[in-house]
Amino acid sequence: MKMIRWLQRAVQFSLPSLAVLALVVIFIPSPAAAAIPTDRTFHIEARRFEYAPATLTINPGDRVTLELTATDVVHGLSIDGYNLEVTADPGQTARLTFVASRQGSFRFRCTVTCGNMHPFMIGKLEVGRNTLLWKGITLLGLALAAGMWRLRK
Amino acid sequence: MSLPQEIPWLEKASSAERGAATRQDRAAPGRVNLLRISWLRPLLVSRWPQFLVRAVTLAGFVFAITAGLLGSQVGSHNFAIIFVWIAWWTALKLVFIPFGGRSWCSVCPIPLPGEWLQQGGILEKGRRFGLNLRWPKRLRNSWLQSNGFLLIGLFSALTLTDPRVTGWVLLALFALAIGLSLIFERRAFCSYICPIGGFTGIYARTAPVELRVLDNAICAAHIEKTCFQSCPWGLYPVAFRDSSACGLCMECLRACPKDNIAVNLRPFGSDLTQPGSRTRLDAAFLTLVMLGSAITFAAVFTGPWGSLKSAAFAIGSLAWLGYAVGFLALNLLALPGLFTLTVWVGHKLSGAKLPLRQMIAEQSQALLPLGLMAWIAFTVSFALPKLSYILGVVSDPFGWGRSLLGAAATRWSPDVSGFSSILQVILLFTGLLWAGRVIRQRSWPVLVFCLGYSLTMLWLLVG
Ligand code: SF4
Ligand SMILES: [Cu+2]
Repeated sequence: MKMIRWLQRAVQFSLPSLAVLALVVIFIPSPAAAAIPTDRTFHIEARRFEYAPATLTINPGDRVTLELTATDVVHGLSIDGYNLEVTADPGQTARLTFVASRQGSFRFRCTVTCGNMHPFMIGKLEVGRNTLLWKGITLLGLALAAGMWRLRK
Repeated sequence: MSLPQEIPWLEKASSAERGAATRQDRAAPGRVNLLRISWLRPLLVSRWPQFLVRAVTLAGFVFAITAGLLGSQVGSHNFAIIFVWIAWWTALKLVFIPFGGRSWCSVCPIPLPGEWLQQGGILEKGRRFGLNLRWPKRLRNSWLQSNGFLLIGLFSALTLTDPRVTGWVLLALFALAIGLSLIFERRAFCSYICPIGGFTGIYARTAPVELRVLDNAICAAHIEKTCFQSCPWGLYPVAFRDSSACGLCMECLRACPKDNIAVNLRPFGSDLTQPGSRTRLDAAFLTLVMLGSAITFAAVFTGPWGSLKSAAFAIGSLAWLGYAVGFLALNLLALPGLFTLTVWVGHKLSGAKLPLRQMIAEQSQALLPLGLMAWIAFTVSFALPKLSYILGVVSDPFGWGRSLLGAAATRWSPDVSGFSSILQVILLFTGLLWAGRVIRQRSWPVLVFCLGYSLTMLWLLVG
């Protein structure tokens, strides 16, 4: 009987234990992907406030070449978390090659003021699995379980 | 003496309930009365510190209007855009609201000129000015503010990026506040129209600050009710059941001859879990509009969908019409519909004997922490990559290309993306966890609604 009550208390979702659990989920290292690195080339058309294609999917370790063509005014491209930048003049194509060393989902942004929505001209580079998204989903599941646990009583 | 009848919430509360709420507040655990802190007290009681801050915000406001109307057309180089939509808007959602509730209202410049006219003086009061009419009873709720917020959503892409438009919007707010204060009594604009006030007001219920009366009996015996007489908002502190209406201007404690008012630090979310706390349907709707707006802002401003951005920006075009229909459908149909459905199912399962309207209003309180955290997460994603612009416009506020601080100021851009995404995930997690603690009557379907919302935000922000 005592044992059961102790167990009950142990699984109870107290805030400190949840916080610890959450940190473990966030910072636990995720297994590295095992895809063989390849060379990839993307043609990206940049026009006011959008990149086409806007989402690039690659594997960690890939050697990526971006060919950026600006169709209306000067546009640029830099990737969050990568220290790179390229700009293309109207009608011209600029090239950028890099090795995708970091896994995850990264936004890339225009670097040359090109109009009102310029600060929000954004695309997405997905390198392998987006582990942070999955960690987030796990955490939300945890929060759901905690809520259910509380409402059960 | 018809004073107390003028306060909407008081009309609804029975006298026994009123007494209970206050007694409970006094006995409530975890309150620290800031007025007991000897160095802080004079800072709150004197009008001077507040006046100095207000002078600064007023000057900044006027400067922002000037820069918006006269400065560079390029938003990211204009003081108005960067200071209003990056600096102030970020500070509002990251600091003022989560830690101070309506604290922004205590230093807000928008109503000041009107208020000074109304009271016929700046620090001291003189002859009153204006018609001093009562605000229509039918409009004593937050429906207008919800509509204001919907309008902001419809035109956000232009307002947030065009200095001229930002300038005109600020000027219009200013004019409206002054105009209304000359027609109606007290802060009609702040209480029933200002969308910022609607935003800060509902989330103030989650914040760790409250202004409350210490002892009800003392107030009951005090015939003059000087606090009520002097409140620029026309509120009566004894009636406070939550913190959504109080603008924390501190005039009541300056007027109270019995030192019967406390400014408390309290646990986060105290207003939500307090047994007697209630919400009305209009507040529930405003809460839902906030949820819908956060989703829309996240999709438009931090998502990779260029056509959505162009549609939101090209006001009047066919694409924009599509965006507007989608936005209104989300806010007027999808979210209210889904929420009502989950409340209704939860209601049936738990067998609670309350009218559905009241259940919707009560359960909507769970959406406050959920929405607050979603807004903070969006703000982190929206503003962190742009903080570097701030130095740039401090150095060259009109964007005329004359840098006061040198070129170095515009080239500083730290890489915060990794940290920022982790923070967003933690914030959304906290929001859902917190919402789960506010839901009532074992209504787990409402929790599922919240989960769906958090998953959507998660996908938009870090997906
Ligand atoms: S309600 Fe609006 S105008 Fe009034 S003080 Fe608050 S933010 Fe300012
Ligand atoms: Cu661009």
